[in-house]
Amino acid sequence: MCLAIPGKIVEIIEGQNDVGIVEVTGVRRKVQLGLLSEDMPVRGDWVLIHVGFAMSKISEFDAAEQMRLLSMLGEIDQAIEEVRGYGGDDNISEISVDHQVRSRPN
Amino acid sequence: MRYVDEFRDPELITKTVEEIRRLADAARHYRIMEVCGGHTHAIYRFGLKDILPENIELIHGPGCPVCVLPMGRIDDGLTIAHEPNRIFAAFGDMMRVPGAKGSPLEHKARGSDVRIVYSPADALEIAKKNPNKEVIFFAIGFETTAPSTALTLMSAKKQGIQNFTVFCNHVTIVPAIRAILDSPDMRLDGFIGPGHVSTVIGCRPYEWIAKKEGKPVVTSGFEPLDLLQSIVMLLRQLRASEAKVENQYKRVVPWEGNRAALRVMAEAFELRPYFEWRGLGFISQSALRIRDTYAVWDAERRYSVPETRVADPKSAQCGEVLKGVLKPAQCKLFGKECTPEHPVGALMVSSEGSCAAYYNYEHRKSLVTTISAVA
Repeated sequence: MCLAIPGKIVEIIEGQNDVGIVEVTGVRRKVQLGLLSEDMPVRGDWVLIHVGFAMSKISEFDAAEQMRLLSMLGEIDQAIEEVRGYGGDDNISEISVDHQVRSRPN
Repeated sequence: MRYVDEFRDPELITKTVEEIRRLADAARHYRIMEVCGGHTHAIYRFGLKDILPENIELIHGPGCPVCVLPMGRIDDGLTIAHEPNRIFAAFGDMMRVPGAKGSPLEHKARGSDVRIVYSPADALEIAKKNPNKEVIFFAIGFETTAPSTALTLMSAKKQGIQNFTVFCNHVTIVPAIRAILDSPDMRLDGFIGPGHVSTVIGCRPYEWIAKKEGKPVVTSGFEPLDLLQSIVMLLRQLRASEAKVENQYKRVVPWEGNRAALRVMAEAFELRPYFEWRGLGFISQSALRIRDTYAVWDAERRYSVPETRVADPKSAQCGEVLKGVLKPAQCKLFGKECTPEHPVGALMVSSEGSCAAYYNYEHRKSLVTTISAVA
């Protein structure tokens, strides 16, 4: 619940207030964007997600670092399970992409 | 130091630890509280205790929402939801937390309609899809999750969804810190401030801790280096006899917090006059309740709440561990009657609970050492 999951906004849903599609390690799910109404994200932005709501915008680099942190904490599976669960059984179809966790360029 | 080789920049870690050793006065014993359960988890996972000098003691704070919830609230929520045509929806973290009459999962096994949701918005969706049922969302969490519940309440009102209510257990972190500072058996030198709570509330709400209590506060990220740098920042202040609020986690935490999140919380919630915390007792103005303008969506007003009061099992010392007075392993039940597989208290359930974190990393490690020593 207190996990912050990094995701990339891949779509802003037209006609639905403050809802977007994020992609987290290849899984695409709906997230609520209303808590970022002062600084609405656009397609391509990276956000930190708590319980299905985007809570802050972050850089792509910090998103990769956050993913690495979750993996170090042994919480990556739990995070992906959480993301898969967003939207209940009404999930939009998943796509699979290469989701290698990037490490910091030295 | 089994995890050091996984660290992003081992050299920088080593340098930071050296800096900590240089700054720490050898004649002094430092007691630093990490408020947030996520930090507690990271500290154990990364074995930071093993690389810090012995005179720096990390005290685990109350920032695990599942752990601080008194057992009676779980029983109350489940009692309301037990009626036919009602659905109890909660985060997965809650499912194995024992109430006096069993955990949500045990209630499910006995026939209650208990559902795991990953977002309050999904609990609302369940209500929309099941117009003949009443959905009760069991809301927990500090300011990290409270804005999401608030926005969901606003959405329910806007869409006029009547078969959805929230059983609100949201708590706020600052009064808990105040209660700990007021506790006579507690001496602390400074605080590692929460990371994600501060994303919402910002850093200002901690200023009284520095100004009035004279204790430094550094809001911190969750990486090993973040936590070590936060300790450096605290030690620098202590060495200079300063007390201020600093932000180590600037890449995520804005000083003023998230104004949109604060606004929706203020729209849907108000402070309760008091709320009971496990281990800390009743703390005034420490929790949120739903405002009159959203009364229709407030489970505590729509249904009759038994207001169950359940004392923790006498032998368990959850309260002392929560306050930081006892270390997890000092509890009589730790690792015996109470394990992550069979938790007696909530601190053994959540990965952010200090007992579970201690058990999973320290206790298992010591068991392995013991076994290999015997073999």
